[in-house]
Amino acid sequence: MESFDSLVSYAWFILGGAAATLELTVLSCTLGLIVSLIAGLSLLSKKLLVRWAARTYIELFRGTSLFVQLFAAYFVLPLAGIPLSPIQAGVLAIGLNGGAYGAEVVRAAIQAVGNDQREATIALNLTRWQAMRWIIFPQAVPLMLPTFGNLAIETMKATAIASLISVSELTFQAQMVRTQTGGTALPFITILITYLAIASMMMALVRWLERRLSRGLVSVRT
Amino acid sequence: MSWSWAFALEILPALLDGLIVTVKVTLISSVFALVVGLSFAIAKASRVTWVRHPVLLATEGIRRTPLLVQLYFLFYVLPDFGVLLSPLTAGIIGLGLHYATYTSEVFRAGIESVPVGQWEAATATNLSPYHTWTHIILPQALPPMIPALGNYVIAMFKETPILSAITILDLMGEALAQANFNYRYLEPITLVALGFLIVSLCSAAIIKILEARLRLENG
Amino acid sequence: MTSSSSYSGLEEASSKPHLCGAAKRGSAAVPHHSNPDRPETPIIEFREVGKSYGTFTILDKLSFSVRPGEHLALIGPSGSGKTTILRLLMTLETVTAGEILIDGRSLNREERSGKIVQASEAHLRRMRAEIGMVFQHFNLFPHKTVLENVTLAPVLTSRLSKEEAKNRAFELLDKVGLTNKADEYPARLSGGQKQRVAIARALALQPKILLLDEITSALDPELVEEVLSVITDLRNETNMTMLLVTHEMSFAKDFADRVLFFEQGKIIEDGPPAKIFQEPDHERTRSFLRKVIAAGQRV
Repeated sequence: MESFDSLVSYAWFILGGAAATLELTVLSCTLGLIVSLIAGLSLLSKKLLVRWAARTYIELFRGTSLFVQLFAAYFVLPLAGIPLSPIQAGVLAIGLNGGAYGAEVVRAAIQAVGNDQREATIALNLTRWQAMRWIIFPQAVPLMLPTFGNLAIETMKATAIASLISVSELTFQAQMVRTQTGGTALPFITILITYLAIASMMMALVRWLERRLSRGLVSVRT
Repeated sequence: MSWSWAFALEILPALLDGLIVTVKVTLISSVFALVVGLSFAIAKASRVTWVRHPVLLATEGIRRTPLLVQLYFLFYVLPDFGVLLSPLTAGIIGLGLHYATYTSEVFRAGIESVPVGQWEAATATNLSPYHTWTHIILPQALPPMIPALGNYVIAMFKETPILSAITILDLMGEALAQANFNYRYLEPITLVALGFLIVSLCSAAIIKILEARLRLENG
Repeated sequence: MTSSSSYSGLEEASSKPHLCGAAKRGSAAVPHHSNPDRPETPIIEFREVGKSYGTFTILDKLSFSVRPGEHLALIGPSGSGKTTILRLLMTLETVTAGEILIDGRSLNREERSGKIVQASEAHLRRMRAEIGMVFQHFNLFPHKTVLENVTLAPVLTSRLSKEEAKNRAFELLDKVGLTNKADEYPARLSGGQKQRVAIARALALQPKILLLDEITSALDPELVEEVLSVITDLRNETNMTMLLVTHEMSFAKDFADRVLFFEQGKIIEDGPPAKIFQEPDHERTRSFLRKVIAAGQRV
């Protein structure tokens, strides 16, 4: 049996992986958010080619499994002359995968803003861009938020598989401790609790954002 | 490195073996996820606090932590407590349990969509709780859930590659084994991606048809 | 060249119904403020306008024109095409046949490199600058305050600076009696207050033509009066051309100097309110008015 001191030092070693987990989560969420906005708006474009390109991206990334995409990014892209670090490959695969799901959320939310709002912008002679920027999009954001919150948590959970391409995040560190010490309960329970804490913090953040962004909209549906 | 058809053909039999494992795991885990998910949903609707709260806590805990870590837990930690699971059993339980927490939300929403009047009518006609569930509530709640549940089955299918991390030789496991052995990643990973794409697109189309049919039936 | 005279082919095709319309108007009383001896360019002219959705036709070869400053009430049963006329003018719908002219310029067509083509978005935006609309369901922007609802369009269409737009907005809110609500969100207002904000919002762009689409239909009966009194003031104090679609017959009578009675996409009665409401030419008009009176309205 290990001493208490070494248990603590192993726990600290594992928690060191939380930084990489958070880094992966934040970067992947950011990439995913940007891509979902671009792809989601493209789905509503008047140009067939733009719509078609967005649709292809979405079906490709939703249809081929994140796990496969991660390995493709890390092992296949270098063959095409694009060598990526483990973290870069992780962010690219997880972000683009999340973006494919987010794009549909953006499209649905924008379409959910009532036609009466669109007509009002025409009557006030706004351009299509102005209408989107000032009227439609701001009303669509509160509709996207709950689903985006769930997607963000899915993204955070997905970062665990980056351990398989040697990103030293929580799961990777736990595996290291397991292989070096043979101890199993300590490393895995430690990271389970850490993931749970990160997820709960993210949920609290989303709830707070939801409350902030829905001003004026709360009693609309009366 | 460029694409080699010869190598692609050479590894194809192994990949097909893997695909069979993948489909088998998906089907068994789906049944597990549906049955356990329904039990979770019924437990969450329970009026008994000591049934409702532990289940709520467990499902939220499972939903907020990565599947990979849960698989490691089943595969590495449980043996230390005397529970030895084969990789396949651990994979099916892990995948099934993880998705049971998602399907339980679908079941919960479906059950809540049955009007309160139906419960009251069941009470008024003196049905037991068991008969209320099997004859009144579930027959009304289940059909509208089918598309959402179907989407989770597809999601589970796409999640199966993760099982290769606990040494299961599913489609991805076989592909990685071939890739590591020959040190060629292009063909195995491309073929796996293609396989997933085809199955996902086909099953998504089937679900769309199901949805359309359901809409027709409900007028 | 955007003058209608350049579309010689179209002119010819539409000359007949146009003349018919003029002849018909000749028999009606002429509004007091226009000079019958001097021919004016109509501010709105429909030339054989058609609108259909697939095989369902709402308007078929509709022709009529409106003089600047005229106050028009469009009445008739539901589905007779009155609202469609306003929506076509606001370019919320596109014309499927014929042509609409605003101040002599085509609304739905433009000339590009010598060819007459379907109007582009840029052309529509130029034409829309003359037209404002108030909707049945207000269509206020729920995420913007009352003040922002009124200032948004003038600032974005770069007609006014932020400061000017704000001053104008307060003038307009004062006119509709809502300066004290400037910082509220629309969700906190009553229906009548919402509609008054919507009127201020439409006026902020200083349109020459104001379209009022059943602006009191969505209101509780006790709130109708506050909105109608705003419209009456507007009618008396400005020289805007106003088109009112309404089911309030008594208000149509007080408001309009010309009434069009529509049925199944056709104008079957066109004249001053005194004539339409007291001695209409057609039995259909009489039966419509009887039904309205039976439903409890005072005419």
